[in-house]
Order: sequence, then C-alpha cells, then structure tokens
Amino acid sequence: MTLARRIIPCLDVDAGRVVKGVEFAGLRDMGDPEELAARYNGEGADELILLDITASRDGRATFLETVRRVAQQLNIPFTAGGGIRRLEDGNALLRAGADKVTVNTAAVARPELISELAAQFGSQAVVLSMDVKKMPAGWEVFVRGGAESSGRDAPAWAREGVARGAGEILLTSIDRDGTCSGFDCGLTAAIAEQVSVPVIASGGAKTFDDFLAVFGEGQADAALAASIFHTAEHSIGALKTYLAGRGVPVRLNR
Amino acid sequence: MRSLGAKTECVTRPEQIATASALVLPGVGHFCAFVTGLRERNLTGALREAIAGGVPILGICLGLQAMFASSAEAPGEQGLDLIHENVQALPTNVKSPHIGWNQLRRLRESILLREIPDDAYFYFAHSYAAAASEPHTAAACDHGFPFAAVVEKDNLMAVQFHPEKSGEAGSHMLRNFLEWAQ
Repeated sequence: MTLARRIIPCLDVDAGRVVKGVEFAGLRDMGDPEELAARYNGEGADELILLDITASRDGRATFLETVRRVAQQLNIPFTAGGGIRRLEDGNALLRAGADKVTVNTAAVARPELISELAAQFGSQAVVLSMDVKKMPAGWEVFVRGGAESSGRDAPAWAREGVARGAGEILLTSIDRDGTCSGFDCGLTAAIAEQVSVPVIASGGAKTFDDFLAVFGEGQADAALAASIFHTAEHSIGALKTYLAGRGVPVRLNR
Repeated sequence: MRSLGAKTECVTRPEQIATASALVLPGVGHFCAFVTGLRERNLTGALREAIAGGVPILGICLGLQAMFASSAEAPGEQGLDLIHENVQALPTNVKSPHIGWNQLRRLRESILLREIPDDAYFYFAHSYAAAASEPHTAAACDHGFPFAAVVEKDNLMAVQFHPEKSGEAGSHMLRNFLEWAQ
C-alpha cells in the first residue's frame, strides 16, 4: 500500500481550444478540451490540469465555460488556473467544477493571495505554480508566462509558498518546456527536498524513461505532460504499465 | 449521485433533512467553518435526529471528520460527536497534505467496498485524519499512521477519500451506498 505517483496531462487553453507552445512561445492547436479530457479520464490519467494561458490578456468567461464543460467529463480530480488574482477568481473556478486552483504571477506579486485561498478553501485546493529558469546565480522564478524575471530564488519561493498554505507545487522548467529533452530532475529534486508538500514536475517530457527518472532521481510525486499525450504519441495506460514494471507505484486499475 | 440515478436535493433548511431517505455530508474546507456552518443554518440538531432515527448517511472527507468529537484543525470546536474520538493532524514525517491515489487495508467486511478489488486506488486530499480504530473502521489507509479511510457504524458511513473523484472504484462505492441505503 503506497501513495501512487501521479500522471497528469495538462491542457493549455486559449479561447476555448487546447494549444501547445514551445518554450513559452508560438502556439499550435491541439484539439477540443472536452474531448481530450474525456479521453484522458478514460485512459487512466490520475488528474487533469487546465490552464487559461491567455488569462492575463483576455476575458475569463470563455475559460469558466470550458472549466464547466470539462468538469462534466471527469471522475478524477482537476486543477484550473491561469490569471487568478483574487479570492473571487479562485472561487469562480471551484464553483465551475475545479477541485483545486493554481496561482502563479499574482502570487509572486502579492504572496498573501496564497494565504487567502488556503484559509478559504483549504491547502489541498491550492497549487502554487512556479515557472523556473536556470540563471547564473541559481534557479529563478519567472512570471507572466515565463516572460519576466521576478528576481526570486526558486527554492526560497517554494518554501514561502508552502508556509503560506500551498498544498502542492507545480514546478515547470522553462528551459525544458516543449523541448522534449526530459524533465529537469536536478531542479525537481532541489525543490522537493525543500518542501513538505507534493511536487508536480513539468516541462520536457518525451520518453517513458523521462518519467522514470523524474520519479526516481527527481523525487517528484507527480509528473505533468502535454504534447506527448495530445498527439497520442504515448498513451497514459502504456506509460503507467511501463512504470509499474520498473517498480514505480502507479494506479493501474480504474 | 444523480448520474447513478439518485434523486438529490441540496439541503439549506432543517425541514429538508427530516424528509430525506438518505443523507450525504460532503466536505471541503476547514473543520471550524464546516461545523459552524451547520450550526448557523440550524442543521446540527436535525442531522443528529435523523441519524439517531436510523437514516443512512455518508460523510465524505471533511464530512467524515465532522462526525468525530473534535479536530486538531480547530481546537475547542465541537464536531457532531457521533464517534467519540478525535481527528488529528497528519504527522510531520510524511508529506502533508496527503494528496493523491492510495490503497486501502480492509479490517473487516465492508458494505461500501463490496465487490471492489482489494488493490483499488482511491483519491485522497487531506491534512487531518482520525486514527483507525476497531469498532468503527472498516478499512484503513496508511500515511504517517493508520487512519480511518472507511467508517461503517450502523447507519453511519463515512470515507476519508473522495469517491466522486476516484474513477470507476469511486463510482462503484457510491453505487454500493445507494443500494444499501434503499
């Protein structure tokens, strides 16, 4: 009896469609969010993350509608986020059917947002999302979709976020995102060693061995990927069978 | 519940509890907000009465914890005290919150887990738990300590995990509750 390592497909949503970027720039249409959500739910995904990647620039009504429709397709947990600035933004997503919300840029600007969300909805509903880039001085947190340096040290920010009530950390390596060169295991382990909450590794997944490495060396509790699942390059079921065969505890039965 | 064929109603007034043939006490949030919320809506008395009268009830997550006497999450706040024990914080030597899919250890025959494979996974998301204890715990889960994952005590049923988020196994468990409650 062990807590299973989770496989989490991520849907980046722009104007009601799933898109995928490469190193945070350049978008490609990957399909309909409801269809993809239903497919992943059926394939044995442990959870789903839905991110409004246009939130900083566009209206939110379309995204809320997408969250509502995706929620209908699922009997697994799902996290929604992108552009959450206030308690009410989080509340709207949870009311639309999300189980957790994820905060990023606005939490860096005003860390109290994490505390407010945790006090209202509980830590288990608050995921701190961090986009991290390797800089000469160490790992640094970037905001605004990876476009802008925040000047914050990633391990220190992770610790602060958890102290403020974040129940999970979604850790994206900007250097690896969309490059298919494997998860940044060094970064993932560095953050996992700093915090007492689960860490979701993201950015760079390509092969089954990338997942094996991030659950081993990277000490990740969950691994997130987008493109390799969207393009049906890998099925989640096949990935989990592979991991189970190599001793990683995963949920195989549905 | 609706997708499994049950007729459901969201309770906001005590009168609604009196006419229910089964009750579900779901819960996400803080123990204090939960029990004071019940009290402020005058639901606590009606709930106790219905349970004493034998109406089947299913507590989920915080709904399970609220059935206990108190919780370390809100010292001094009184739970429904249907089970005279306390809810504790998960120990600091494990990751907390306990988030993700975990398996159960069956302690005895269970109505809720009927015909569900022993190795099935269920989705948990919590930072507090009640210790597994002989009379009421039908199945335990281990995370820092053995805690009550499935409670079955006469007409009182409760689970620490989220069956509504636990895929096929979770739906099966909810179906078991509905069948038993009929």
